[in-house]
Amino acid sequence: MANGMKEIGRHSLSLYVSNKPGVLNRITQVFSRRGYNIDSLVVSETQDPRFSRMNIVASGDRETLEQILKQLNKLVDVIHAKDYSFEDVIQKELVLFKIDCTAEVRTEALQICDAFKARTVDLSADTLTVEVTGTTEKLDAMKTMFEPFGIRELVRTGKVLMARGKAAT
Amino acid sequence: MAVKKSTGAEVLVDILIEEGVEFIFGLPGGSTIPVFDALVDKRIRLILTRHEQGAVHMADGYARATGKTAVVLVTSGPGATNTVTGLLTALMDSVPMVVICGQTPSSSLGLDAFQEADTSGITYPVVKHSYLLKDPADLPRVVKEAFYLAGTGRPGPVLIDLPKDISAALLEYGGKEDGRDFHLPGYVVPTRGDEEAIGRAARLLGEAKRPLVLVGHGAVISNASPELKALIETMQIPVVNTLLGKGAFPETHPLNLGMLGMHGTAYANKAVIECDLIMSVGSRWDDRIVGRYDEFCPAAMKIHIDIDPAEIDKVVKVDVGIIGDAKTVLAQMLPLLEPGDTADWVKRVGRFRREYPLKYKKEGKLRAQHVMEELYRLCDGKAVVVTDVGQHQMWAAQYMLADSGNNWISSGGAGTMGFGLPAAIGAQLGRPGEPVVAIVGDGGFQMTLAELATAGIAKLPIKIVVINNHYLGMVRQWQNLFYDERYSGVDLEGNPDFVKLAQSYGLKGFRITRPADIRRVLKAAMDYNEGPCLIDAEVEKHDNVFPIVPAGAALRNMILEPPKRKLEKPTGGT
Ligand SMILES: Cc1ncc(C[n+]2csc(CCOP(=O)(O)OP(=O)(O)O)c2C)c(N)n1
Repeated sequence: MANGMKEIGRHSLSLYVSNKPGVLNRITQVFSRRGYNIDSLVVSETQDPRFSRMNIVASGDRETLEQILKQLNKLVDVIHAKDYSFEDVIQKELVLFKIDCTAEVRTEALQICDAFKARTVDLSADTLTVEVTGTTEKLDAMKTMFEPFGIRELVRTGKVLMARGKAAT
Repeated sequence: MAVKKSTGAEVLVDILIEEGVEFIFGLPGGSTIPVFDALVDKRIRLILTRHEQGAVHMADGYARATGKTAVVLVTSGPGATNTVTGLLTALMDSVPMVVICGQTPSSSLGLDAFQEADTSGITYPVVKHSYLLKDPADLPRVVKEAFYLAGTGRPGPVLIDLPKDISAALLEYGGKEDGRDFHLPGYVVPTRGDEEAIGRAARLLGEAKRPLVLVGHGAVISNASPELKALIETMQIPVVNTLLGKGAFPETHPLNLGMLGMHGTAYANKAVIECDLIMSVGSRWDDRIVGRYDEFCPAAMKIHIDIDPAEIDKVVKVDVGIIGDAKTVLAQMLPLLEPGDTADWVKRVGRFRREYPLKYKKEGKLRAQHVMEELYRLCDGKAVVVTDVGQHQMWAAQYMLADSGNNWISSGGAGTMGFGLPAAIGAQLGRPGEPVVAIVGDGGFQMTLAELATAGIAKLPIKIVVINNHYLGMVRQWQNLFYDERYSGVDLEGNPDFVKLAQSYGLKGFRITRPADIRRVLKAAMDYNEGPCLIDAEVEKHDNVFPIVPAGAALRNMILEPPKRKLEKPTGGT
């Protein structure tokens, strides 16, 4: 590239925002304007009903992301927005896997579940549905293990994160 | 005793009056009828425009000329969408305004009701903030918050989407204090800058051998002129300004080199190329002034004062970033300053000024520059100058010097054709008794010329100078210089006779065709004060603006006069 390689990476952001209609729109526009892709997005309530928490995972170069963060912080409805990618925070994600699983391979599948501390949530003659939480890396690893069985469906909540100890996120 | 109930519309208008609003610029429709009805009995002047775009630009001109937050009132659907260009213009140039759009009743939202548009959705990217009112009880707070947000920090347009049932609803309004309990935890207004950073900046300014101050619109908005003057004169630092920074530091001051950038003066650009330190006061290093970012003053120390944290390091990486209000930050800096020795540098830029002056031929055909120079002289540099967008805008920037920030009004960031006439109307309404000239191109003028009626009805003595080159001149210039003269879509054949056009609106029309006519006709126009007048200046059709830095090129690639050889297509930028 003309002006040197840009450092591309995945970024985990946490935003504390007003709980109002339209806020999500304003926020996603800041990303889409720069052609920055959002990989996952979690919006949820907080301890205070006036505010929502957003966790966004987005990939792209770090410099652009810094600019995006400043523009997010400029929005009247954004109380604060921060990149936690380089900090030691609690990070979790939940996934549901529905895999092809007949009686012959069930034991093998359940062994994998054991190893990943996954919980069986549904079982039929030829499918197995499990729930597992953990870091993105752990869930990715489990997906690799399940692929040979045939993954019929997969849904992930997207990453949520929280600062450790007394620190506020 | 029970508080008297009023309609949402009446409360809205009462609040506008409380906020000191003198004018509402707008055009009615089904969803705003309750508000227009409330205006009948209130002392607030309605300026009925001929198009909603005109209303927003008028509000814009009024706000820039007075520093006050202006108000627009339009109907739902097409009324609201017609404001989008004006919103972009105001957002890009940080102009405070509150735009109230009627909306279909709440119960029909999302049902494709007649003249329903998702106004909020359409306008999110072009507003500082916006509201969709869902509960009449919120109306006082929302309107007051809108004014607060529009006018504080980095100003900008705030939109209120007002469903008809809300403006018709009855509510109890508790007066001035009602709705003042803003809760805006995500909105911070920076004022004082960081002491340590300001100290560092002051030290660097004193140490620099070839320092330069770059003055932007932020300096105008924050009224930083006195502090700026004190800093410049104490430190003896040359100044360059952006298109919108014109006047914050007087352009007639010997230390001011005028506008920099794409069509800036050669001496301003040469100073930028040679400086060893540049301090921006409220300029956002726009691509029109910087040219190529990676070649912009690579060896110079850079200091940036800006009220918007998102502007620091956005495009030009700086050594010292100071977030705060320009006036306050400069006032903090003043006591820390220790003048360095800039005598040689000041002498050197003085030589640039003598060696590379702006120039054009006064003989032969009528030249736009000549018209402007004479106009500037006739107005004694005291007029409020409002421009449209194109070649005439750049010539006006070069030849119509501004000595006060509010005397120069132009669409910078958005470069919106059609801005000039309505903005001049707003400016004249805000500054009655002061001379206002609108300098427009024949192309841009035709985008909003219906507002001649608005100007005529209000009997505003605006001088509308149409620089008539029968072309979309600025685009023709690019095709001429960079695209082998392959003219495409730039010939304005079919122009009306502008003098007759003015007359048909009941306005006075003048025409200039020869250099010898300039002074006499302009004098007659300046002396005409019964209403607006239009001066059709039939200028040389094929003139180009020089200097020019091709889009995306470094400032040192500036072209000073018509080139003898073919030029490459510009590499970047728009
Ligand atoms: C709304 C809008 N459309 C298109 C443009 C692109 N544009 C920039 S300058 C220009 C030519 C303007 O022509 P005119 O108003 O006659 O002024 P001149 O350049 O001839 O002085 C055009 C088309 C613009 N700036 N704004």
